[in-house]
Amino acid sequence: MRYTFGGDEHVFVEVDEAMSLEAFFRSLSITNAVRDSRIRGITEICPANASFQIKFDPDLIAPDDLLKELRSLEGAGAGGAELKTRILEMPVFYDDPWTRETLMRFRERHQDPQATDLEYTARINGYPDVPSLIAAHAGSPWFVSMVGFVAGLPFLYQMVERDKQIQAPKYLRPRTDTPKLTIGHGGCFGAIYSVRGAGGYQMFGITPMPIYDPAQEISYLRDFMVLFRPGDIVKFRPVGRDAYDAAVEEVEAGRFSPLIREVDFSLAAFQADPAGTNAALLEVLHG
Amino acid sequence: MAEAASMIEIVKPGLSTTVQDLGRPGYYHLGIPLSGAMDREALIAANLLVGNDEGAAGLEAVFLGPEIRFTGDATVAVTGAEMPLKLDGVEQAGWTALPVRAGQVLSFGFLKAGARAYIAVSGGIDVPVVLGSRATYALGALGGHGGRALKAGDRLGIGPGRPVDEGRSLPAALRRVPEPVLRMLPGLYDHRVTAEATERFFADTWKVAPEADRIGYRFRGGHALDFVPREPPFGAGSDPSNIVDSCYPYGSIQVPGGTEPIVLHRDAVSGGGYFMIGTVIAADMDLIGQLQPHQPVRFARTDMAGALAARAETAGRLARIRDALA
Repeated sequence: MRYTFGGDEHVFVEVDEAMSLEAFFRSLSITNAVRDSRIRGITEICPANASFQIKFDPDLIAPDDLLKELRSLEGAGAGGAELKTRILEMPVFYDDPWTRETLMRFRERHQDPQATDLEYTARINGYPDVPSLIAAHAGSPWFVSMVGFVAGLPFLYQMVERDKQIQAPKYLRPRTDTPKLTIGHGGCFGAIYSVRGAGGYQMFGITPMPIYDPAQEISYLRDFMVLFRPGDIVKFRPVGRDAYDAAVEEVEAGRFSPLIREVDFSLAAFQADPAGTNAALLEVLHG
Repeated sequence: MAEAASMIEIVKPGLSTTVQDLGRPGYYHLGIPLSGAMDREALIAANLLVGNDEGAAGLEAVFLGPEIRFTGDATVAVTGAEMPLKLDGVEQAGWTALPVRAGQVLSFGFLKAGARAYIAVSGGIDVPVVLGSRATYALGALGGHGGRALKAGDRLGIGPGRPVDEGRSLPAALRRVPEPVLRMLPGLYDHRVTAEATERFFADTWKVAPEADRIGYRFRGGHALDFVPREPPFGAGSDPSNIVDSCYPYGSIQVPGGTEPIVLHRDAVSGGGYFMIGTVIAADMDLIGQLQPHQPVRFARTDMAGALAARAETAGRLARIRDALA
């Protein structure tokens, strides 16, 4: 693990240079241990994909003392990774008119101006056509490996073997616009844009299900305005225009309630049998 | 002294005027940044001048000041950028507690130096507290007045004020003068660039780019950075400036594509996939909030001891400000 200071108020810890579920679980376990340790002077604990960041007050703890304390918790990341978490189903209208309109507007910033983002991503990942890419995207669950960039935006890691993971570069130059609730993909990560704004990920579709509500009016976001936590598991369900419109109406009427189930996840079990573990997760979701 | 339930009315909003306090710590792990005044010391001074708690909400106006009508009597103070202020068209002193009568209008002349003025009103701006703060985070439509910059016609409540000595001002020696040097602690992913490129980064003069806001300040005009060759780690992306998406410290300096450094500020994006060459020390973050586009700036290397010494100096100056306005 690599420790480095981000100025006088942050320690940045890189668990691994490369992304993997193992690196994510080590980061999550250590940040949980840091939270439980209640080290004086720590003000914020931010787990990320394969790293984490601690914000601290150097008037309360000397930076080198904090480093020592953190190093003593390194072992917390080595144990078995068991997680009590949630699995959520998220409807997605793939290849929808709004992301399509947006991607056409920014075509000159894309690697392949002649194709849509879905067509391009399907081709470079060896899928024969867009429906096969969508089937793969919606076929396995995804892990929320980080929440951030902007308020409530989840980074998602596809729960399949590395050689099956969808990979795509970011736009050559970032867009200045992305529709709210766009399902994007950049590098090996999926993302759900919680707010409208700039973005560089390939755009695959849109969900009718809000994930951030600063007004806290949406029924399932009344208790807290951000839906996702690191460790959540997401399963996408492809829907067409009619089901999308119906879901938007339900959200607006305050009747939409997402399918969410409690679930236990074991990293070892997943590594031994990804397909079997995923099937068991989906059984919990739909059982 | 202000009446409870007094109001201010925004006649003209200025370029981008937002309600800010000292921010909303505790939610960065969910992508919700600190927010709050970019020049915290200036807001604290403005609040103390009008008898408020240091963390009361005031207004932050960037480049072009607003025009504000008061519906009740109050005490007001303007600090930060040098932006001539007027009451009913008559120029008044900055960094001074000024009595305002019901119906009077506060307005501003053209910016002379700095970038952001802070307007404190006795009693503080009374917008709802969201996640522990009244600060505006516009990107997330959170906090402040409707989660956005102010518009003409907006009316904001003012809390009950405390009596203060009107006319008192903060001695000039305690007003921080922005220096065109930002001290930074190298680190994070600075191993991604060559030693020569790092030396040039510190030697170059950079200019504030027009893309400079509460999220981050972009700089241009220096040499592009040369990267150390590598095999891209899985998940990072193929550009040499890419990393597996990580957290971004406040003040961290990312250099997408190796060309234009961006220093993240109070409304920082909390993470992303660009390498960072180091972090501006906490003591110099306020200075960034007072930089104008095209202003030349240098980055100066410091170490942790230097960062902590600068921190102590800031704390000392703040203690003297508190003493002066006690």
